[in-house]
Amino acid sequence: MRKEILKLIENNSKLSVEDIAIMIGATKEAVEAEIAAMEADKVICGYTTLINWDKVDNDIVMALIEVKVTPQRGDGFDEIAKKIHRFDEVDTVYLMSGGYDLTVIVNGHSMKEVAGFVSRKLATMDYVESTSTHFLLKKYKEHGISLEEVHEDERMLITP
Amino acid sequence: MRNPLSEKVIDIKPSGIRKFFDLVSEMKDVISLGVGEPDFDTPWHIREEGMYSLEKGRTFYTSNSGLKELREEVCKYLKRRFELDYDYKTESMITIGGSEAIDLALRAMLNPGDEVIIPMPCYVSYEPCVTLADGVPVIVNLKEENEFKLTKKELLNAITDKTKILIMPFPNNPTGGIMKREELKELVDVIIEKDIFVISDEIYAELTYGDDHVSIASFPGMKERTVLINGFSKAYAMTGWRLGYACAPEIIMKQMIKIHQFAIMCAPTTSQYAAVEALRKGDKDVERMRVAYDQRRRFLMERFKQMGIECFEPFGAFYVFPNIKKFGMTSDEFATKLLENQRVAVVPGTAFGECGEGFIRISYAYSIENLRKALDRVQAFIDDLEKQRV
Repeated sequence: MRKEILKLIENNSKLSVEDIAIMIGATKEAVEAEIAAMEADKVICGYTTLINWDKVDNDIVMALIEVKVTPQRGDGFDEIAKKIHRFDEVDTVYLMSGGYDLTVIVNGHSMKEVAGFVSRKLATMDYVESTSTHFLLKKYKEHGISLEEVHEDERMLITP
Repeated sequence: MRNPLSEKVIDIKPSGIRKFFDLVSEMKDVISLGVGEPDFDTPWHIREEGMYSLEKGRTFYTSNSGLKELREEVCKYLKRRFELDYDYKTESMITIGGSEAIDLALRAMLNPGDEVIIPMPCYVSYEPCVTLADGVPVIVNLKEENEFKLTKKELLNAITDKTKILIMPFPNNPTGGIMKREELKELVDVIIEKDIFVISDEIYAELTYGDDHVSIASFPGMKERTVLINGFSKAYAMTGWRLGYACAPEIIMKQMIKIHQFAIMCAPTTSQYAAVEALRKGDKDVERMRVAYDQRRRFLMERFKQMGIECFEPFGAFYVFPNIKKFGMTSDEFATKLLENQRVAVVPGTAFGECGEGFIRISYAYSIENLRKALDRVQAFIDDLEKQRV
């Protein structure tokens, strides 16, 4: 049941508990209890809305920063990753395999602001060896959802 | 000038769906629940494979019976999913949709006057195809209380000395009815004893909810008397690619391929390459779509329950077939009024046989949001009807 619920709300967090229960053939109470348990376990970490900010506010600038760090004895990358993720400017932090260590996605109101954050805060942190900043130009798809394509039903209205 | 037309063709009634289609297409802002095809696009990796075959210049004919790779994959798939053993070299062919295969099988097997048992309600093409092949359709009216399954008794009553073929349309369009192993077993005994053949249209085989589909051809003694028909339209959301297949004993298959060779040549090559990809890499797509259909099915059943509309629970295809007899209207009247008053298009049950009277076919090949909107309108329509009655 857990996976069935998660798959449903992964793509549509607006589904009501009643609808979920009907769709997976469970009782409303059971679904409610399962969701509450998953919230408590941090399986469900939050409910966000996928917004195409380009359509509302062009002031938002997003950058993907490749960060190389020196891992620390005992903590590996965790301690430095946690320090980085506390900044409000930071949207996402991932530990990577390959040519660099952390992917840090940063939001700002201008390129200047983002550049300032990187040069003053991020690059100067202890154990950060180097940063490489890439500004996002356009989003096409996020969280499995196309931000551009409108899918119209072009099927004939009645077919056998 | 002489009459240019064939009397046989003139006598065939136009499809009941056509009439309703014309009515719907004149209206604006219609929400349709009348579509007999998936709402999903063909999975991208399958489309991409089709495009790649075009890029590679694979724009030639294939052999009459279809690409060797595809027939091999079809037979592997049938083995893996339904315990069927077919030799791809002599017992399989690729057709233009399941519909062509139905026509071929009937034409290859019927002599004038042979009777073909057709359980109804069913897909619209069996009856005219039987007539065109000089056969005589014998209709069995399936009953709601039997969940629109064919019973042994009904079959026995329909069999005469002239019976040659039984058409098995399960999982069923329009009722959503399925037949389970033990229910099929009862029929198998009769079929073998009476020495009749079966054309089993299993195009919705991947879309069953609960138990897996069982093919009638998998029973001992049945493969040699069954033409199995399936295709890519429903399972892989590939309706527009027009691709199906048939598997049958060599003696029947040879003659089917002969007709296909002269009438069609071969199924579209691009579609065939895409279908190879579908069978090799498409299991997850099928599963994903089946789960979504099942959720919508439950959603619809619950809404009908809340509305107080009787509806037997269908376990196959993507249709529900609610009973609307209590509103005192014919299927046609009900569907027409629903369309005029609330702009929701459904298909009257009578489009699928006279015994569909008193029922409407509702498709759930739509998103939940769409179904919700449409059913809110159906609810409003029914509330109005109830008020008028009081």
